[in-house]
Parts: sequence; C-alpha cells; structure tokens
Amino acid sequence: MKKVYPDAASALDGLLQDGMTIAAGGFGLCGIPELLIDAIVASGVKDLTIASNNCGVDGFGLGKLLDTKQIKKMMSSYVGENAEFMRQYLSGELELEFNPQGTLAERMRAGGCGIPGFYTKTGVGTVVAEGKEVKTFDGQDYILERGIVADLSIVKAWKADETGNLVFRKTARNFNPPAAMCGKVCVVEVEEIVPTGSIDPDLIHLPGIYVHRLIQGAHEKRIEQRTVRKREEA
Amino acid sequence: MPWDRNQMAARAAEELEDGMYVNLGIGIPTLVANYVGDKDITLQSENGMLGMGPFPFEGDEDPDLINAGKQTITELKRTAYFDSATSFGMIRGGKIAAAILGAMEVDEKGDLANWMIPGKLVKGMGGAMDLVAGVGKVIVVMDHTNKHGESKVLKECTLPLTGKGVVDRIISNLGVLDVVPGGLKIVQLADGVTEEELRAATEATIVD
Repeated sequence: MKKVYPDAASALDGLLQDGMTIAAGGFGLCGIPELLIDAIVASGVKDLTIASNNCGVDGFGLGKLLDTKQIKKMMSSYVGENAEFMRQYLSGELELEFNPQGTLAERMRAGGCGIPGFYTKTGVGTVVAEGKEVKTFDGQDYILERGIVADLSIVKAWKADETGNLVFRKTARNFNPPAAMCGKVCVVEVEEIVPTGSIDPDLIHLPGIYVHRLIQGAHEKRIEQRTVRKREEA
Repeated sequence: MPWDRNQMAARAAEELEDGMYVNLGIGIPTLVANYVGDKDITLQSENGMLGMGPFPFEGDEDPDLINAGKQTITELKRTAYFDSATSFGMIRGGKIAAAILGAMEVDEKGDLANWMIPGKLVKGMGGAMDLVAGVGKVIVVMDHTNKHGESKVLKECTLPLTGKGVVDRIISNLGVLDVVPGGLKIVQLADGVTEEELRAATEATIVD
C-alpha cells in the first residue's frame, strides 16, 4: 500500500469531518505538524475536538484554528501565553479540558495500546479528580483516567522511509509518538522521505505500522522563546 | 536583607546531591542550574530530555531543541531524548529525585497552588501536577508575600491546587521551612531576617 502523498491537502482527503477528534503532536511550537494544520485550516472543517499539549501561539500552529473558530474543544495542559486561547476560554466560546501533561501523554499512549483506562496519582485532591473514580492501591489514592482514541492523528517527524518508519529529532519528538499511536488514522509530515532500507532498523523511533499517510515538505519551525548566551561567557 | 532571586536559587542548589536526576521549573528554579557547582546533577526537561545543557550561543539556536519553558537550549554528552509518555513515566514512576518549582500559594499541609487564578489567569498545570505527584522530593522556591505584602504561605490554599500534601520544603526570600506534622518548621532564616519577621510574614502555623 502506497503511503506517500504529494501534499498535505491530498493526504487529508476524505479524512476530515465536522465534529471529529484530532490528536496532534508537538510541544509549544516544537515538532508541530505545521503543514497539516494549514491544510485543516484551508479545509474549513469545524467543531473540532483537539487533543494537544498546547494550542500553538497567536497566529501560528494550532493557534490558526482558534483564529478561524474551527475548534470547539481543546484537551490540553497549558494555555500559557496564547492570548486568543485564554480569551476564547474565559468568554466561554471554547471548551477546555485541562489535562496534566503526563496524563495527556499517557491517555494517548494507552488509547493507542488498547488500554481504555488507567489509574494515576497525578491530580488526586485537585479539580482534575472531580467526577473520576478514586481507587486505593497499597494505601495510596489513584484516579481513573481514560485512554484517548482519536479519529485522526496529525504528527511531525524528522525523517521517514517510504513504509512510514519514523525518526524524530531532539526534543521535537515530544507528543508525536503517543499522538500517532492513538489515531484511527495517522497522517505524518516529515522533512525528508528516504528510501526504505536506508534507516538502521535499530534506530527507528516509531514503526510504520502506526503511520497511514505520509508527506514531505518544508517547515518554518518557528522558535517561541529565543534564549542565548553571549560568546564571551564561554 | 531578604534573599534575592539568585540567593534563593543558590540556597535551593544546596538541596541537590551528587548523582541526582532533577527537574527544574520555570522562573527562579531555572536559575538553580547556575549554582550546582561541581556536583554531578542531570537535569530533566519534561518535554523529553535528560541532560539539559545551557542556553546556546547566539546563532546556534535549534528550533528542535527546547526546554519545558520553550526556551532554546543545548545538549550535553550525556543527553538522551525520549517522547512525552516516556518522560512522564519516569516522573510518575519516582525515578526523578527532586523537583524545584515556583508557587502562587503553599500551605501548612504541603498543598501547592501554582497553575491558575479563576477568572483571571489561565496558565494551565503543564507537567506540574505530574511532577509533584511523582518525584522523590518537592522543593518550592517562592516569594514569601505578594506585592501587597500578604502572606503566600497559608493555613490553607485558596487557589485551585496543583497537588495535595506534596510539598516537602519551602525556600522563600525570608528563609527555609519544612512541612512537618502540624505545620511548618523553620529550618533556616535568610541572612539578616529575624524569626519575628518570618513569623509575621507567615499565615501558616509554625511548629517548633
């Protein structure tokens, strides 16, 4: 089965529908599927539920989908400095389900691994625990969290081979593997598609079984907080 | 004179022992890395990295290499990268010896609030709830009072909690306190700060 598509719009063809749930990789603006986000903006699909640690920044990444009001609900751990995200949430235009970051990552991983729920001590005694089953193991309380199975995963990797085996780069890996795992369909964008067989099988970070469609493209890779030190401090 | 940001960070660095794997939060906790000296400390960044290095030199920034505060950073020889689920597996699983975090409020039972002010400021908990639930020791670094002079070291937190009964030690601009049964115990006073001054700035019960 051929996985490689010419561009983001064709890779998403037939996969988008109003009201769907999408899991997106990335942390801040690092390792985000920029090209697929742009194509989803262009498609006009709406009432989306998006599971992603952040929602981009104003005007970039998933922030673009906030500007166009295509998102109904976010499942995230951090709003941070995204002014439009905070505005839409505080005004009630946007539903926001706060998830502790590790709980969100594990919910995606578990959903992709056929685990419908798991117990964690993260969030016990906080608003995160409200309405959730509490169970005591060995004298300690844990809350039940559900695995996430998304209709679609959108993911960014560094390299892929033509069968979808993926390699990530540095901290751009972040939520991409768990997001890829939890989608019924997973579309991946990479900086380079290399011939099958040219990646050492021992060095593949995510096997192609999780990848259904694949595109190669140029990425802006915007930096959110440029921090440097002067050379004379060396 | 109460401690300034750098003196608080330097005091927090004294908590770290050779060989520890440690997670530092955003703000003053980030400065702790400047004061670890010769101790062999490995810094974890919860977005998927062990062995976090200093900020890059100008021109060497890599958009694929950031810390949990989204700042550009560098790698070290010992660096390892991993995904977010693995990262929080090591946090939740108790493999990280200590976390040093900021706080909006802390109370005498070790409850911590540092992620939102309802109706006003929505930051999100990020990885803080996972860290305080999972790591070996939770050290809070904070100003003892707010800009109106009101205590942030309370009998009971008023803001939504990050964790319940999770704080082990508080390092403030006025000194060091431990969370013990019945309240907080003074461990150390900041240079030039009297016990009376610290007690006056503390709403929480102080026990001997």
